[in-house]
Parts: sequence; structure tokens; C-alpha cells
Amino acid sequence: MAPKDKEKTLVDKVKSTFRDDIIETKVFRGEVTHLVEKRALKSICNFLYSDPDLRMNYLVDVLGSDYPEETPRFEVVYHLYSIPNKLRIRLKVRLNEGETVPTVSDIWSGANWPERETFDMFGIVFEGHPGLKRIYLPHDWEGYPLRKDYPLRGYKDRYNPYGEEKE
Amino acid sequence: MERKHPLEETILFTRLEDVANVLRNNPVMNRLKDNVVTKNVVNWGRASSLWPMTFGLACCAIEMIAAACSRYDLDRMGIVFRPSPRQSDVMVVAGTMTKKIAPMVKTLYDQMAEPRWVIAQGGCASAGGPYNTYAVVQGTDLVIPVDVYIPGCPPRPDALLFGFLQLMEKIKREQPFVLEERGIKAG
Repeated sequence: MAPKDKEKTLVDKVKSTFRDDIIETKVFRGEVTHLVEKRALKSICNFLYSDPDLRMNYLVDVLGSDYPEETPRFEVVYHLYSIPNKLRIRLKVRLNEGETVPTVSDIWSGANWPERETFDMFGIVFEGHPGLKRIYLPHDWEGYPLRKDYPLRGYKDRYNPYGEEKE
Repeated sequence: MERKHPLEETILFTRLEDVANVLRNNPVMNRLKDNVVTKNVVNWGRASSLWPMTFGLACCAIEMIAAACSRYDLDRMGIVFRPSPRQSDVMVVAGTMTKKIAPMVKTLYDQMAEPRWVIAQGGCASAGGPYNTYAVVQGTDLVIPVDVYIPGCPPRPDALLFGFLQLMEKIKREQPFVLEERGIKAG
């Protein structure tokens, strides 16, 4: 398949199936990104996984990003790849603090740890995750370090005298 | 009158307090403490068979492994890596110590028997290195006492070797009686 056709498949297939749930679609140098509604995320993922033209059977990564100036504040990004069809697609979901996003670890079991990492670093709760607990940081850690309002040097404690004072 | 051997109670030690008391107020031991020959012999023994503990935290551990291998060959100076803290004299903190691993490093240090020394290998172990961030301990000395700091990122095996030689020099100037050297008072 030519690169242009790949793009067309990725854009049109998803757009025609989920007309109202796609907020925005960006195509940049052959990379297709869909900003989708949170309520439709699960069905879009199921569709991408099972559709014979797409067959996104490899979840590359799940990650979060924090835009403190915007509402909704957080974004969860899914990178997907299709090994048989050699296609890549990126999905984005926006959510506010306190909101949850459904887990995709029942579709791709490889989502288990990346989702734990996103929870560890941003405090984003994945609903239905089989064991949502911290993965990198100690279990008694307070706060979510990759949020923009978390100080880079952390808070002052016995291991770091240069950190910020905790209010 | 039958003369009692001054170390007899030590040999028959049943309680740790008895051992400590005998060692503290013992005419033989007190004489040994001021003896230069005792000091030199004991320190020579200790400095000549430094047994570091086998554990690494980050990339500095690779240099530590290289130093132990045949090109640099730490074994020729009596530095033999041991797999247990109980058998070790030196802890080489090789690499970035995160806040998550710090309690484990402290536990390992506590499990080592006196006399014990610590070498902080590399910038991260010495002072946090480039990682002045939320997750990294800003220097090994915030967790355990350090004897020798080795700069470098990571230090070459020669530098680690030099660090061991510096530690040997330090040991040779120490008082071999650990309680006095460390300032440990009778409990």
C-alpha cells in the first residue's frame, strides 16, 4: 500500500465509522492522529483491533500529558501499530482532574504496565484496570511527579535537601 | 593463687555486653591499644584484604565490573568481591541512588559487620550528579557515612582503583579498635 493510501485508510475508516466521536483529526508527515471522545474510546479501540483492514494488534505505548492552562487538563495518548498491515495510528483522549478513562488492557494486555506508569506519573485513573498501583515510584510516594505543578527537584526530605518546601 | 587469664571470659562469651566490657577494661587489650606494632599489623591485614560487596546501582557498576576483570584485576590487591554483606568490608556505592533504593542500601550497610567502609563511586553517588530531581538521593552521605569519594561520570577503572588505594591509606592511619575509632560508647 502506498503511503497516501495508508493515510486515507486510517483517516476515512475511523471517521466514517465514528462520525460524531472524532473531535479532531491531524495528519502530519504521514502520521495520523485522532482526538476522540472519551465515551467512544473503548469502541474505537475495539474497532481498530478487529477491523480486517486495520488490525492494530500491537499497542506501542500509553502515555499522558499535562496542559495546566487548558481544560480539560490531561491528555492520554495511545500509540498503535499494525504488524500485518504496517500501519501506525495515534489516539488522544482529553480528561479533567478527577475523571477516569477506561482501560484498554483487556484488548491489549501490553497496556497494563504503561497504564500503571501513566497513573504513577500523572494520577490518571484507568477504570477497570486489573491492578492499578504505582510502578516506578515507591508505593508510599505522595504526588504525581510529571504534573506541571510538581517541582522538578521534588519536595524537601531527608534524601534531598535542595527540594522545595512542602506547604 | 591461681591466675586467671584476662581473655578467658571473652573466649567463653555468652552475652554481648560481657564481651564488650571485657574488651573495654582489659589490661591486655589496653596495652595492645597503645602498641604501634599491633596497630600496624592489624591495619596491614585489613587494608590488604578489602572485600567489597557485589552490588551496583547504575552505569558506574559496569566500570566496577571492568575493574574486577582481568585487565585491571582488583584481585591482585586482595580486593575480592563477595556476594554477601556479612562477608564484606567495603560497600562500593556504584551509581545513581534513587529514593526508592535508598532504604535497601541502608539495610545492606547495616548488615555489614564492623569494621566497614564505604566508597561513593561517581558523581551521582557523591552528590547526586546531574540528577538534581525529585527521585534521586543527593549524595550517599545522606543515607550512610562515606569514606572515599571518587569523581567521574563514570570514573574509569583506574579511578576506582585509586579510590581503593586511598581507602587503604586511610585504613592504615586508623585506630584498629573499632569502638574507639568510631566513638561507640558503652551501652
